[in-house]
Amino acid sequence: MPDVKETAPPFRILPKLNDRNRDFWTAGARGELRFWRCQDCGFYIHPPQPLCPMCYSKNMKTEAVSGRATLATFSVNHQPWMPGPELPYIVAIIEIIEQPSVRLTTNLVDCAPDEARIEMPLRVTFEHHPDPEGDIYIPLFRPDVERGE
Amino acid sequence: MDENEIIERRACISGVGQSDIGRRLFRDPLELTLDGCLAAIEHAGLTTADIDGVSTYPGPMGTPAGFSGAGAYDVMDALRLNCGWYGSGLETSGQLGSVVNACLAVASGLATHVLCFRSVYEGSAQGDKGRSAVMPGGGGGDRGGGGFKASGFMQWNLPFSAPSAAIWIAMFAQRHFHEYGTTREQLAWIAINARRNAELNPKAIYRDPMSMDDYMAARMISSPFCLFDCDVPCDGATAVIVSRRDRAKDLRNPALRVEAVGVRIDGRPSWDQFDDLSTMTNRAAGKQLWERTEYRPSDVQTAQLYDGFSWITMSWLEALGLCGLGESGPFIEGGTRIARDGQLALNTHGGQLSAGRLHGYGFLHEGATQMWGQAGERQIARPPEVGVIAAGGGNTCGCLLLVRE
Repeated sequence: MPDVKETAPPFRILPKLNDRNRDFWTAGARGELRFWRCQDCGFYIHPPQPLCPMCYSKNMKTEAVSGRATLATFSVNHQPWMPGPELPYIVAIIEIIEQPSVRLTTNLVDCAPDEARIEMPLRVTFEHHPDPEGDIYIPLFRPDVERGE
Repeated sequence: MDENEIIERRACISGVGQSDIGRRLFRDPLELTLDGCLAAIEHAGLTTADIDGVSTYPGPMGTPAGFSGAGAYDVMDALRLNCGWYGSGLETSGQLGSVVNACLAVASGLATHVLCFRSVYEGSAQGDKGRSAVMPGGGGGDRGGGGFKASGFMQWNLPFSAPSAAIWIAMFAQRHFHEYGTTREQLAWIAINARRNAELNPKAIYRDPMSMDDYMAARMISSPFCLFDCDVPCDGATAVIVSRRDRAKDLRNPALRVEAVGVRIDGRPSWDQFDDLSTMTNRAAGKQLWERTEYRPSDVQTAQLYDGFSWITMSWLEALGLCGLGESGPFIEGGTRIARDGQLALNTHGGQLSAGRLHGYGFLHEGATQMWGQAGERQIARPPEVGVIAAGGGNTCGCLLLVRE
């Protein structure tokens, strides 16, 4: 079962889709977190760009990763910068386990602010935002109970 | 040209100036800019006829509102300047990148006296709506944004309600806390030291005394940052004159030689993809600075280090080797080392935390003023001969080592 939350999501500014970012922002419909990957050297590439930064090959396609990640750092945000999730919410930088140099700024959810710990294992969960230009599935992360949290 | 020459030493700082500064002045930003520029030209003992170069950060920008009070062309035209060289831009080694560019311009002979400036009116631009008024997609209707969609760099943070550098830098600080045991009680000393200095700076925005209890009682913004870890938006313009050092003997102030600059970036020019989240790109800039001089960190008598958020100052202390990596917490704790009469007088005008977010140039203005012994009530008892100035954070960082001749 894809881990997709279908309850009414908070307001979020959505990304403008294009051919490079579409898989990243929409593959959550299938429960997948997808990144561009160089088909010559195997390097995961994020954010998307026209060639592999390691070998400069243009032979790339998107591939699903496991959705498992590690918490690199975080901040508990109390400031109402804009309409958004209920305060306080946790902004996090996560590293995917396949290649920790691939990071995402995201939100840590289903986790009390005082329970967030750097290096804790996480797994992806998606928040569905219907949109006339293409539904968006925002990748958020939650503690990975199977790996000890 | 000697290929080993440290070419920035052909340049010096010869004058500084500032406009009125206030939380919200509601004045024409170009007028403030020109006030600052004319003050710096006069302070150097020059006239507008002597100015043959202009450099600014970031150049004209409509958004975020208030971020840029004037571009190079605005000033060149208003003052009818003829320039052998000019330029501006956001993509450079922090706000001081524009000063480094000016040093290179005078070193190359393209200009003799370059007017450099930074002008902001973020206080007035926010009005009474607070910071959210100048956030992308903010304030655009009851759901915010009014259909605005994020693209480019902003698509990687806006959908996660992370629109502010306060959050991005807070995450660096949190990582530093994790790796080195840094605490909020230590971080507080950047803010408290700044406020102590601001009490003696008539142009500072916040001048009331601040205690550790006041700091700890402040509302949280984005952990580990509370309100007093965040700089205060303001209106005002700062200008400095970069001159050919071989012309300095004709000028009013002793030359502040640009002994070395640090502008290098190693690693990805990114906030969240940078390889080490407990340092920033200042890591390489600080290292490069010391590779270009025989002076050592122990020679530095004053440090004016960017504090857009308090932890950035701690990061610069480490990046510049003024303390060991990871040791900035213990270094600043108690505030005596970094006080005006301490071993390393730090942010003696009050920094951006208390004196206002003049965005980088305020530190250069203060460092030069202290080195010339012109800082009034807040003057360091023995005017420093060697000072280090640093500005920027995240993916945009630069620094200067100045020596009074």
